[in-house]
Amino acid sequence: MSHKPMNDASKPLVEVNNLGFSRGKHVIYEDVSLSIPRGKVTAIMGPSGIGKTTLLKLIGGQLVPDAGWVKVDGVNVHQCNRTELYALRKRMSMLFQSGALFTDMNVFDNVAFALREHSGLPEPIIKRIVLMKLEAVGLRGAAQMMPSELSGGMQRRAALARAIALEPELVLYDEPFAGQDPISMGVLVKLIRDLSDALNLTSVVVSHDVQEVLGIADYVYVLADKRVIAHGTPAELRLADNPKLKQFIGGEPDGPVPFHFPAQDYQKEMLGERD
Amino acid sequence: MSVTDSIASIGRSAIATVTGLGRAGLMLWGAIAKVPNVAKGTPLLIKQLYVIGVQSMVIILVSGLFIGMVLALQGYNILVGFGTEDSLGPMVALSLLRELGPVVTALLFAGRAGSALTAEIGLMKSTEQLSSLEMMAIDPLRQIIAPRFWAGVISLPLLALMFTAIGIYGGHIVGVEWKGIDSGSFWSILQASVEWRQDIVNCLIKSVVFAIVVTWIALYRGYHVIPNPEGISRATTQTVVQSSLAVLALDFLLTAMMFGR
Amino acid sequence: MLTRKIELLVGVFILSGLAAFLILVFNVANVDVKPGQSHYTLYAKFTNVGGLKVRSPVKVGGVVVGRVTRISLDPTELVAVVELAMDKQYDQFPETSSLSILTSGLLGEQFLGLTPGFVLDDIGMLADGDRIDDTHSALVLEDLIGQFLYSVQSKDN
Repeated sequence: MSHKPMNDASKPLVEVNNLGFSRGKHVIYEDVSLSIPRGKVTAIMGPSGIGKTTLLKLIGGQLVPDAGWVKVDGVNVHQCNRTELYALRKRMSMLFQSGALFTDMNVFDNVAFALREHSGLPEPIIKRIVLMKLEAVGLRGAAQMMPSELSGGMQRRAALARAIALEPELVLYDEPFAGQDPISMGVLVKLIRDLSDALNLTSVVVSHDVQEVLGIADYVYVLADKRVIAHGTPAELRLADNPKLKQFIGGEPDGPVPFHFPAQDYQKEMLGERD
Repeated sequence: MSVTDSIASIGRSAIATVTGLGRAGLMLWGAIAKVPNVAKGTPLLIKQLYVIGVQSMVIILVSGLFIGMVLALQGYNILVGFGTEDSLGPMVALSLLRELGPVVTALLFAGRAGSALTAEIGLMKSTEQLSSLEMMAIDPLRQIIAPRFWAGVISLPLLALMFTAIGIYGGHIVGVEWKGIDSGSFWSILQASVEWRQDIVNCLIKSVVFAIVVTWIALYRGYHVIPNPEGISRATTQTVVQSSLAVLALDFLLTAMMFGR
Repeated sequence: MLTRKIELLVGVFILSGLAAFLILVFNVANVDVKPGQSHYTLYAKFTNVGGLKVRSPVKVGGVVVGRVTRISLDPTELVAVVELAMDKQYDQFPETSSLSILTSGLLGEQFLGLTPGFVLDDIGMLADGDRIDDTHSALVLEDLIGQFLYSVQSKDN
């Protein structure tokens, strides 16, 4: 492999450059560029259905872009061969929207899974690591439960424990707050921030929950209309006068960002009624 | 216009078919081409043998017993008209070994294990468990697909053998215990007409071929499912329909090759 | 991750599969494990073997004492040569014994009936590689009907 882990804190961990991606005839991204700094929580926000999950899958190398490139720690994700890609993926992990816990294993085995596959550590040590991770998300007591016995929020916390089991450098969170009640949302917000600080993780949070994200993010990118429409610290974004951004952050139903895709006429009709 | 349209639609479906075959081939190749990791693979294989093999045993044994009994009863009623009810043994044994054993087992297997495989893998895909494995740098083809494939290929021939053996026993129950054919002549005529190479080896060849096809279709349908509930239910149905048709068509082909000369 | 119960059941599954295989091989196809060991070979020539097949039984008074192992054509005499594998425990057949092709029932399987001959001082017992000269070929139904019709016709005349 052509790269060495560089601990140059000034260099971004993930660089996305002029990314273009489309699914069939439906263009999702045109010319998206991002840079994700090390050890920070970077949020990617945008309305539903603009393919924020797709962006994470592009970073993880599960999808291949039509144009542009993605570099993680200086390595072009889409020019790696399988071995290099897998080596890279061992340094990152992803928290899926549904949690994606393995349904045929209990919580303990779920968290232990990647450790058993990759670490080669003896079982007693794995057990300790797993219990530590579960303790960190407050689910040590649920270690022997099956995923189906957990609530949605607990599933996501268990998945979070699994995502940090191998102590990755980069954690990608796909809609971690979607569909959570206020208490579990608060727990998750606190967990993401705390874990990020404690383990010096680089976190990428994809979400459309504006207030939660602005609360924990160090830096925010806002995607709309197939491109980045704004970026900056949460404080900067709150003060920005870009109308699209104001609409999004303020959660106003009417504005320049088309929330409904792609039926323009229908949308105008709907907005017209609300006026 | 309409002519070019219909030609284009033929072309389109041909391309789709070839693409599907190619994808299915790539999936299987990716799953079984690499050298398996014995230490990690064996527990996975055993678990799948349990799910695919052991859990299909009851339906296979019960169906085998009843099919053997029905075959014997019907056969007896016909043969007794010619006064050749002694030939009941070979009739039951050869029907089971050459056709019903491999074919009915494969059809039952497609319904019991094949559909379950498709649904399970489809669900894994739609709940992003497969993506999650990918992101953990674990190849889902090796972790999920390969053990299930091998478990299917091992289980189905064993199930077909059990089906056939218990079916012959069912024929014995009806023919000897109920209809009063002499037990000795039942077995001796049966033994005289069943041949190791011609019948038992061919039975095994058939069931191995069916096992590969049924398991492959089930895995492919699950792996390339449209990840929503409707997609999963459709894929499950497709698994049963396609693998049943494939089994019956292949059975004719294999029979023609084995017994057709 | 694997419970003992699952391992046990999988073991039972594999063993029952193998048991079914062994039943089919040894009980249904009746394959002999050690051919040649407990058998001695006899030859016999027939002008017509009818429906006799490899593995057809050789019976003495209804008791199976051997099986047909090969049926071929003698290239010079152009008659069928049948090779028999006789059970070693039945080796007391005199050389004057005769073989005939018989049918079990009207339409049943054909088998070889061995009729033991008389025993005299100068007559030995059949041993490995010997040939039985006194053979009666299969009755062919068409020939029988033909003969019957012929005899009916000649009676009419």
